[in-house]
Amino acid sequence: MAGISLIDSLFQSSLDVVIKSLRLCPPGAEPTLIAKSLEEIRREIKSTDPQTKSVALEKLAYFHSLHGIDMSWAAFHSVELSSAASHSHKRIACLSAALSFNPSTTDVILLLTHQLRKDLSSSNVHDVSLALSTLSSICNPDLSRDLTPELFTLLGSSRFFVRKKAIAVVLRVFEQYPDAVRVCFKRVVENLESTDMGILSAVVGLFCELSAKDPRSYLPLAPEFYKILVDCRNNWVLIKILKIFTRLAPVEPRLGKKVVEPICEHLLRTGAKSLAYECVRAIVTSFDDCDSAMKLAVEKLREFLFDDDPNLKFLALQALAIAAEKHMWVVIENQEMVVRAMNDEDINIKLEALRLVMSMVSEDNVMQICTVLIGHARKSDPYFCNEIVGFILQTCSRNFYEVIFDFDWYLSFLGEMARLPHCEKGGDIATQLVDIGMRVKDARNELVRVARDLVIDPALLGNPLIHGVLGACAWISGEYIKFSKNPFELMEALLQPRTNFFPPAVRSVYIQSAFKVLASCLHSYIELSGNAVPQHSELSESVSNLNLQDDSVRASSEISYDSETDNEKTFIPDVQAASGFSRGCNMTKDSILGLLNFVEVNLRPLAASDEVEVQERASNVLGVVELVKPRLTDDQSNETQDRKTFEIIELISDLFSEELGPVSLNAQERVWLPDGLVLKKDLNDLEEICGDINFPLPTSFSLVPPRILEKDIASSSISENQSMEASEYVSESTSLLAKHRKRYGLYYLHSDDKETGPEEYPPAEEPRDKNATEEADDFVKLAEQSLVVKKLPNKVKARPVVVKLDEGEKSDIGTEKLKASSDLLSGAVQEVLLGNVASTSSSKSKSSASAGKEHRHHGKHKKHQTSGKDTQVDGKNRKKRESQRHKHKPQQGTEGEPTIGAQSSPTIPDLLL
Amino acid sequence: MIRGVIIMNDKGKPRLVKFYEFQPVEKQQELIRSIYKILCSRADNVSNFVKADSIFGPDARLVYKTFATLYFVFIFDASENELAVLDLMQVLVETLDKCFSNVCELDVVFNFKKVHTILDEIILGGQVIETSSTEVVKAVEEISKLENKSNSIISSIPGWQR
Repeated sequence: MAGISLIDSLFQSSLDVVIKSLRLCPPGAEPTLIAKSLEEIRREIKSTDPQTKSVALEKLAYFHSLHGIDMSWAAFHSVELSSAASHSHKRIACLSAALSFNPSTTDVILLLTHQLRKDLSSSNVHDVSLALSTLSSICNPDLSRDLTPELFTLLGSSRFFVRKKAIAVVLRVFEQYPDAVRVCFKRVVENLESTDMGILSAVVGLFCELSAKDPRSYLPLAPEFYKILVDCRNNWVLIKILKIFTRLAPVEPRLGKKVVEPICEHLLRTGAKSLAYECVRAIVTSFDDCDSAMKLAVEKLREFLFDDDPNLKFLALQALAIAAEKHMWVVIENQEMVVRAMNDEDINIKLEALRLVMSMVSEDNVMQICTVLIGHARKSDPYFCNEIVGFILQTCSRNFYEVIFDFDWYLSFLGEMARLPHCEKGGDIATQLVDIGMRVKDARNELVRVARDLVIDPALLGNPLIHGVLGACAWISGEYIKFSKNPFELMEALLQPRTNFFPPAVRSVYIQSAFKVLASCLHSYIELSGNAVPQHSELSESVSNLNLQDDSVRASSEISYDSETDNEKTFIPDVQAASGFSRGCNMTKDSILGLLNFVEVNLRPLAASDEVEVQERASNVLGVVELVKPRLTDDQSNETQDRKTFEIIELISDLFSEELGPVSLNAQERVWLPDGLVLKKDLNDLEEICGDINFPLPTSFSLVPPRILEKDIASSSISENQSMEASEYVSESTSLLAKHRKRYGLYYLHSDDKETGPEEYPPAEEPRDKNATEEADDFVKLAEQSLVVKKLPNKVKARPVVVKLDEGEKSDIGTEKLKASSDLLSGAVQEVLLGNVASTSSSKSKSSASAGKEHRHHGKHKKHQTSGKDTQVDGKNRKKRESQRHKHKPQQGTEGEPTIGAQSSPTIPDLLL
Repeated sequence: MIRGVIIMNDKGKPRLVKFYEFQPVEKQQELIRSIYKILCSRADNVSNFVKADSIFGPDARLVYKTFATLYFVFIFDASENELAVLDLMQVLVETLDKCFSNVCELDVVFNFKKVHTILDEIILGGQVIETSSTEVVKAVEEISKLENKSNSIISSIPGWQR
């Protein structure tokens, strides 16, 4: 064993040699070389000689860090080597540990505890600092707990070199083990008075991080922070202090007046751009109430905007965007520069400028801005073009299209955007087209026109980016067929052979739309023939040619439908529409027969399609065709059969003509929840998964998908009753479902909530002559109403759910979960700080001390209260709670929060006065 | 907080990778690739900031700077000032320059451990702890001395100890 080891050691290749051979190896040979090297490492690392081991470990760490090689198997070797006598070996061990250990899964971490403790107490500063740096990378709750005493000692160390590092590590330890706050916090706070810039910088940085999560807890330290703000001249420290105040100001508005003055002084005084920018950002973010400060900040921003340095320009635009939220004048004043920045060569700057331009959009200028932007988009590269389109879509749809007055314009604009060659926002455009169709009744005529233009344009078929839009347009054409002037032309477009290249989802929409068109044509034909015998028009002959295939079809039909009649026919809305539409289109027996043949010829092959959706829908249509055709072709007419067929047609047509519309979010709440169905649990998980997904449209409403199935009709009456007795509300599921609907199949998802019968649509559905914006307003109002309504049943609802989930937690579980981790920390901080201020800075603020005591007293009182509650809970639960101090705390934290908020203001009166 | 420091060359090869929150190796490699994809598409003389939300989640910012053949990349969150991080990058480069006298890519390639040592003296656990390159150089030199001292006893001949 020793012999092998000795030979290994003698011929061991160092890291340098390995790197050299890696650099020399021909391209492609690298993996083999690494594998060979790894084999050696696996042997060498077992050596008992620390030098051999360390070289092996160093090589391995190198491969791990820069070549992505797994080294979790070697974790124990790092631990072994960490106790080496040589600092250089130790350093390699620590480096490999820091780079490769996973704090939550590497189980050998705990074996390091003893060695780290030894090193933390070492007399050599570099041993200590190495241990600290390792600890910061790998610390987990256990390690933090075990090493807190050593850390506490280091926080008061006379060696500033290690003290500042200890302060930096404390942040990690607090996060992992909040109880460490009780031990270390006092010392940390004491360091705020240090004169050493390194230490001050570290401790201010620490508070900057802490205050990001929970600013309120650190309000009592405001006097200390203020002192630093006024006295300190170190830019690094000042930047962090400014960040702290930016976060404190919103929770204590009175801070603003006091702090804004020194901030302005720094802004005027400093030559450092970083500090100046931080001052500006602080002012526009949190101190924007002070006019003089705002003016100063904006002046500085303008300076940055005119600077040649693209970094400053970019940051200035970002700051403008922050300011724009409340102070539009800031952007308008700098409008010219912003617009100019849209032509910058830097994509970041362009995007920021675009965002600012969009923030300026209002109902008065939306048309101009959008027209200008789309012109700009045409000239831009595809990426920026899509960004522009995305921003336009987002801005215009904001809050139910609140900026849009002229929907006709907007719809044709949407069509224009969809035709942009690189437009990748087809999905959003499609969503909005359908959404507007449902929400804005008065715009449907124009909508159908826009949809028709897109559907019949053969040039668009080849562009896969636009397929989503075409699907939406096809749906619109089918759904609002009564607004269409020429259904034959539509049918032709919907069933043209080239649609075979579409994805199945779009194709099935096309077929379904064709179904609707067909049903509508048949219906109007029957309506007409009910009064009069179908006339044979002169066009009928050419129409019947439709059953010919492909190109000949198109040619002949183009002749057959006189385009002039299209133009002169104005649409006749609603009740009149159907008859007007049929009259305009020469519904004759022959033309209908031609249509039927055309449909049959084109759909027959699809009845054998691989795609079930396509197949099923094609079969549906064919079924109708087969049903109707004999009735039209048979000479000896069978009265009863005719009637039956016509009744069916009428039924189908009625079904399709039933209007679809947006539905209140609350609709889902009326759904009867079956017993034993636990919605809450799973959907909570879903929320975590979907949490980071942004939904482009503000969603207070969801869209109900069309109910195409006949069954729905039957069930709607039952469902009405159900909704009456429905008493189960699941708020999470509602919003999630809404989000889900927004994302997927607006018009394509089969509805399961049959409860939302037509009677239950919000009033927005009711026919009336209001203009679109009023309607939109109504939506907003409705949304508000629905929110109000939501609260009451929730309260009623909350109790049984909590009982089911036991644990005895009364507050909302969702919020609890979110807060839990930060509460542990901030709860501990509040406890320590409010007791602590009294002892550490008693010389400074007597009042704060008394307030602290008062609060402590109050805290005790609180404890009594909570324990009182506990007694109500059954005995088991109480035991559990008492044993788990962790669990107890968050609750205390949340409950205590408002009290502390109220209390904390008197803790800093000397600052505020 | 600083979330990560990456040095890579203009071919996308990483030369130093340090994340201050644990990232699995595969994830690290993926992040490096996506960063490189962004960086190599950017022209010279444009701003040094890149929106990194898509790679690192909301609130993440990325600053990079090119020095000869190397990209220096810092990833950080809202608790840092963008311009200050740019300065910090300068500190790192200055320090490397002093430690290796006229630093070039090869120095970074062949001094895996030392570059990490230098970085550890500037940033610890995502917190900036030293901004003066002189101080850092001093500390790094001390550490080198310490290492050589302990090494010289045993390790001049590998395997000698036994």
